[in-house]
Amino acid sequence: MTPSPEAHTHRPETEPALPDPRGPLSERVLAALAGRPGALPSEDETARADPYGDDLQLLLYVLYELHYRGFAEVDEALEWEPRLLAVRAAAEDVFLRALREGTTGGKDVEEAVGALLLEPVGDDGHSVSHHLQREGTLEQLREYAALRSLYHLKEADPHVWVVPRLRGRAKAAMVAVEYDEFGAGRAENIHARLYADLMADLGLDPAYGRYLETAPAEALATVNQMSLFGLHRRLRGALVGHFAAVEITSSPGSRRLAKALRRAGAGAAAQRFYDEHVEADAVHEQVVRRDVIGGLLEDEPQLAPDIVLGIETTGLLEDRLGEHLLASWRGGRTALRTPPSASS
Amino acid sequence: MPASAEPPRRVVVERDGPILVEGPVEMTTDEGESVVSDRFVVAICTCRRSRIHPWCDTSHRRRKPAEEGEDTSP
Ligand code: FES
Ligand SMILES: [Fe+2]
Ligand SMILES: [Fe+2]
Repeated sequence: MTPSPEAHTHRPETEPALPDPRGPLSERVLAALAGRPGALPSEDETARADPYGDDLQLLLYVLYELHYRGFAEVDEALEWEPRLLAVRAAAEDVFLRALREGTTGGKDVEEAVGALLLEPVGDDGHSVSHHLQREGTLEQLREYAALRSLYHLKEADPHVWVVPRLRGRAKAAMVAVEYDEFGAGRAENIHARLYADLMADLGLDPAYGRYLETAPAEALATVNQMSLFGLHRRLRGALVGHFAAVEITSSPGSRRLAKALRRAGAGAAAQRFYDEHVEADAVHEQVVRRDVIGGLLEDEPQLAPDIVLGIETTGLLEDRLGEHLLASWRGGRTALRTPPSASS
Repeated sequence: MPASAEPPRRVVVERDGPILVEGPVEMTTDEGESVVSDRFVVAICTCRRSRIHPWCDTSHRRRKPAEEGEDTSP
């Protein structure tokens, strides 16, 4: 038997440990996940939480994680535990309300997409990728890679949930793009795997969930948004809008990040992830705009406001994260809750 | 002409953008270099501004002044 290309690097991966709580709500949810007795947060308490705060965002993150890979020593049956789902629903209401209030809304998909297709001529001072390209240090790139690993190690996973909710052209196109994200049939080319290679190249630990503890609320929110849109059929339009926003903005941003890594002296594997995204997402963008959005609007024109919502909330949450990163770095501080330690 | 089991290859021409061709594609550039892409769709640059020629890298996009900038890119 010929060994598969990854046979020599493969080691069984254990699921991550539960993180530390970040407030009274996440504390009780984490206790429940750990199997300890005690009351869960009430709907009223949850409704009063800061939508973008660490406590609510971590609470959502750990409850969503049960639908991905879970945590070591957490009962898998808790994924569908009604009392936890009720807490999640109350937290989702808070988060979704804030997202709606923070965006303008509307039903002009073309206009919302058009705004993303205009490339800024230079650095407007608010773009993380411009900053990293111009003056990012290797340490800042490592921090960036560590907190983005929360998404990139499950890259494209939350978007698969939308597939059964699409039809015809939108479905075929969505699956084609996802096939590419998952390595077009080759495990070593799965984008999440390319990202793990990037992390190892930067001296980070590529184990799934390793940097959850260090990630600030702004980073958790970007991933929680995808889980929220992905898990609810009623938000399928928002999921598609979000996916389009990511694919459209990825290619130029990836070019800047590839450059930043090259300049900072990162290795070939680190650059490869972003080089691949320059080329892949130039294609994905076209397919998502033409066939996923186009097909969905043909089938369900009433979803236009949801598509706009997903595009706008993606911008909102990315801006919040960008602000946090740039303010921390410009102030000479780490952007992480605790600096990333090296691998091993 | 022999009957082909393969359906005709679909090509889409984007206004002010790339030509999209169903992959895989082997392309000979005007410099005589042969390049291959096996992606399910390949975007061929028509604006000649791409830094990964002959493939599109979105360099064809219109620009806007940086002040109004909003960047959701990674
Ligand atoms: S057509 Fe897209 S970069 Fe030239
Ligand atoms: Fe990707
Ligand atoms: Fe992509």
